Amino acid sequence: MRVEPAGGRAEVGAPEPSSRLPHDRWGPLEIAFWLAPIPCYFLFPGYLVLASQVFITSLFALSLDLILGYAGIVSLGHAAFFGIGAYTAGLLAAHGWGEPLSGLAAGGALAAAVGFLVSFLVVRGGDLARLMVTLGIGQLVYEAANKAASVTGGVDGLGGVAMGKLLGRFSFDLEGRAAWIYSFLVLFACFALARRVVASPFGLSLRGIRENDRRMPALGTPVRRRLVAVFALSAGLAGVAGALLAQTTQFVGLEVLGFTRSAELLIILVLGGTGRLYGALVGAPLFMLAQNYLSGIDPTYWQFWLGLLLVAAVLFGRGGIMGMADRLRARLPGRAAR
Amino acid sequence: MGNVRLWAASLLVLAASAAGAEEPLKIGLIAAFSGPFADYGREIEAGMKAYMKLHGDKVAGRKVEIIVRDTTGPLPDVAKRHAQELVVREKVDFLAGFGLTPEALAVAEIATQAKKPMIVMNAATSIITAKSPYVARVSFTLAQDAAPMGTWAARNGIKKVFTLVADYGPGIDAEAAFKKSFAAAGGQVVDSIRTPLRGPEFAPFLQRIKDERPQAVFVFLPAGEQGIAFMKGFRERGLAEAGIQVIATGDVTDDHVIDAMGEVAQGMITSHHYSAAHDSPENKAFLEAYQQVAGSLGRANFMAVGGFDGMAAIYDVARKLGGKIDGDKAMAVLKGWKHMSPRGPISIDPETRDVVQTVYIRKVEKRDGHWYNVEFEKFPEVKDPGK
Amino acid sequence: MVTSLIGVLFDGLAYGSLLFLISNGLSVTMGLMNFVNLAHGAFAMLGGYACVALMRRGVPFLVTLPLVFLAVALLGAVLERALYRRLYRAPHLDQVLFSIGLTFVAVAATTWAFGPSQQPVELPPFLRGQLHLAGVDLGKYRLFLVALVVLITVDLEFLIGRTRFGARVRAAVDSQTAAAGLGIDVNRVFSVTFAMGTGLAGLGGALGIDILGLDPTFALKYLVYFLLAVAVGGAGSIKGTAVAAIVLGVFDVAGKYYVPEAGAFIIYALMVVLMILFPAGLYGRRA
Repeated sequence: MRVEPAGGRAEVGAPEPSSRLPHDRWGPLEIAFWLAPIPCYFLFPGYLVLASQVFITSLFALSLDLILGYAGIVSLGHAAFFGIGAYTAGLLAAHGWGEPLSGLAAGGALAAAVGFLVSFLVVRGGDLARLMVTLGIGQLVYEAANKAASVTGGVDGLGGVAMGKLLGRFSFDLEGRAAWIYSFLVLFACFALARRVVASPFGLSLRGIRENDRRMPALGTPVRRRLVAVFALSAGLAGVAGALLAQTTQFVGLEVLGFTRSAELLIILVLGGTGRLYGALVGAPLFMLAQNYLSGIDPTYWQFWLGLLLVAAVLFGRGGIMGMADRLRARLPGRAAR
Repeated sequence: MGNVRLWAASLLVLAASAAGAEEPLKIGLIAAFSGPFADYGREIEAGMKAYMKLHGDKVAGRKVEIIVRDTTGPLPDVAKRHAQELVVREKVDFLAGFGLTPEALAVAEIATQAKKPMIVMNAATSIITAKSPYVARVSFTLAQDAAPMGTWAARNGIKKVFTLVADYGPGIDAEAAFKKSFAAAGGQVVDSIRTPLRGPEFAPFLQRIKDERPQAVFVFLPAGEQGIAFMKGFRERGLAEAGIQVIATGDVTDDHVIDAMGEVAQGMITSHHYSAAHDSPENKAFLEAYQQVAGSLGRANFMAVGGFDGMAAIYDVARKLGGKIDGDKAMAVLKGWKHMSPRGPISIDPETRDVVQTVYIRKVEKRDGHWYNVEFEKFPEVKDPGK
Repeated sequence: MVTSLIGVLFDGLAYGSLLFLISNGLSVTMGLMNFVNLAHGAFAMLGGYACVALMRRGVPFLVTLPLVFLAVALLGAVLERALYRRLYRAPHLDQVLFSIGLTFVAVAATTWAFGPSQQPVELPPFLRGQLHLAGVDLGKYRLFLVALVVLITVDLEFLIGRTRFGARVRAAVDSQTAAAGLGIDVNRVFSVTFAMGTGLAGLGGALGIDILGLDPTFALKYLVYFLLAVAVGGAGSIKGTAVAAIVLGVFDVAGKYYVPEAGAFIIYALMVVLMILFPAGLYGRRA
């Protein structure tokens, strides 16, 4: 789905122009993309746990794209909402309420509420102030969880997250089958929601705010309110992702709130390409698979090449993987004649 | 006619040898191999390999294979995911290792679900063995090591103590056990501080200790660099001149770092279950094998011994079960298991599945130009008081 | 009671002055070039490791200090010319990612070269131990540190306030375009100030080994504190960074002394409060 002005200029990171009118239908490439994981479920039974983690990270990256790619807010503390969702769902289950879907909703709701409160701090100030505030909030939540070890388990983590059956029928098994299906469906549902939001007038106004937030009020857009709304939505989705992690692994470690997680998320999103939702869905699997494989060989090696890749990506590869895909497509014959 | 018989005979031989060529005995080793706690995993693995050097790499007809997974630090969710993959994908027979408590706590749930025996070779919080009926520990608990220190200190004229421990499972256990045994013997703890597990700065805490002027400070810190940093700051700030003694569990004067600590640690009194200076034939054999397997890692320490004895347990279980590892049967063998370890005699309590061993009081002294923890008193058959 | 308070204040002052020394460069970079350089912690770390490498070759600690400053300043100048310069007009996100990438490379390189453990530092004997002044015990090394930072700050104030070069820097901070219009070679000003800022950070890293420790996680672990000092003090203002660094240092040490259970919570809470009250920093110019 793309909204393109007819004959517009190709910008860095922006989708390429075409002469089609905007629409919200699912293209064949999209449908194929979403059908692709299904055979993987049957072909790689030993990797279901890893796949669930990939879905969860994709959802988390998606939530960040809403504020970073569409609204232009750089956040270094998004893991705070992820962690809030995780601990909410985890604590509910550890204290007897093991129903998965309501736990998921609770995690998302609490994260969205906190996001709503935090958004008032984030919408004022320029880039540096936002960076510091989000970083500070992230660290603050981390320290709070660390100190409240009697509740959260601190460094030792929160165990005993006893999950009930999904929809009353499917229990979370050791091989990770139920977890896989659950994560995949939740990811899809949230993606569909995000897609709808982004294609709506609300979503378009967000892009306008990102490009030039001083002109938007002249068009009648309540800038602050839109930013608060999208920030809360993004926090909510991050919370859902966190709750998913807690429920599928039946454990919550303190590092769900760590700075490393926020930083890695930023990297994933930018490598995949911001501002188009699919960047998150492409970046997360690639990053996690690469990390799983290369980090297993040697973590130092992984960190070095990741750093180098980042530097190169910023200097040369604008728009991430999706951006490169766009440029490749523009070069294909048959497309040039327009 | 003769050809058919020859073929039949060879086929039979082939079939027999195919049946005899068994699956390797897979042990999943989960610990930190990178990051600030990288030495923990490496020492445990080296201890395991030292045992294999002395006793061969085959047991009950199966070749022993160690599959290593790096948690990179106290990241329990990573440990849990590794355990899940080891059980589902690699189909290991044993889950082993665990340098840090959070790793063990998370994996215990997998052990229960998959019914796999889990051998804890280092993590030292009391509650770990209660988390799953499939957990057996061969290392130690902090409560076990700390309690005798409280008794010894009070007996030897130390009545007022300030405690400083790292803020996680083992630290809290050590603090509680020390306080209990110290108070029971007539001592008084004037104040307590808990330092963050990762990257603490000791300066403000040391200042506070100095200002309160206790007779001694009881310390527990995770083995390795933190002990060095603490002792350096201790000397720098003049706490020794102020007449404050340091008593600690042996993690602070870990054999791996004590030579590097050098004079800074001279005279420190610690309580612990293993010293490289322990005089026994088993220890000599262990130290030699360790040097051959992992000479570049430095001196063997209690984590290496944990790996070594854990391997002994695994081998014994495999032998008794004829190579067919079943979770419940393995636990039955481990309960009540007795062994002469390089540290002294150890056994596994059948009710708690935790290790019972001798705890020694040692002093830091120089021997043959190197620094060692020299044992001078002992408390035999100490069970984990944390239960 | 009072002596312990003085002791705490002194420790906080020492810690704060170390933070200031390192954060100073970051403040100028962010204020002058509008560049979010998250790799600043990595420069400090590299300074520390340069010091360790020199000491391993037998160079005494005090001699390593000026060498470290020069080495890291040179590295900074080279990187600025080659890489940073291309990103001055880039969006902040790109700058963030670029500098994080550089940091990762630095951390991986030092882990590979020096291993993941803490590096020890051999201080010269006259800097070890404590000095007893009027009933208070003050660490000799910390005294040395504070004295050195005061000396450097005075020099910097002189440089910025009284020299022609300093005038150019101040002009460029106020308005790049106007300064360029007046014929000031803004690019050269950038290069020199960036080099100096990173050199000072490297020096701070070397001086800080004894107090902050040194291992590959240094670059990211303390980055938060440097950013804090800059954000709270106001980017581009040396005075602001100094005040912010000292306030943070004192609060951190005092917090750990009087309320050890709260830990680092205090610092982050303080920061959030200050950012709400002063979005541009205490002495900030740019919002």
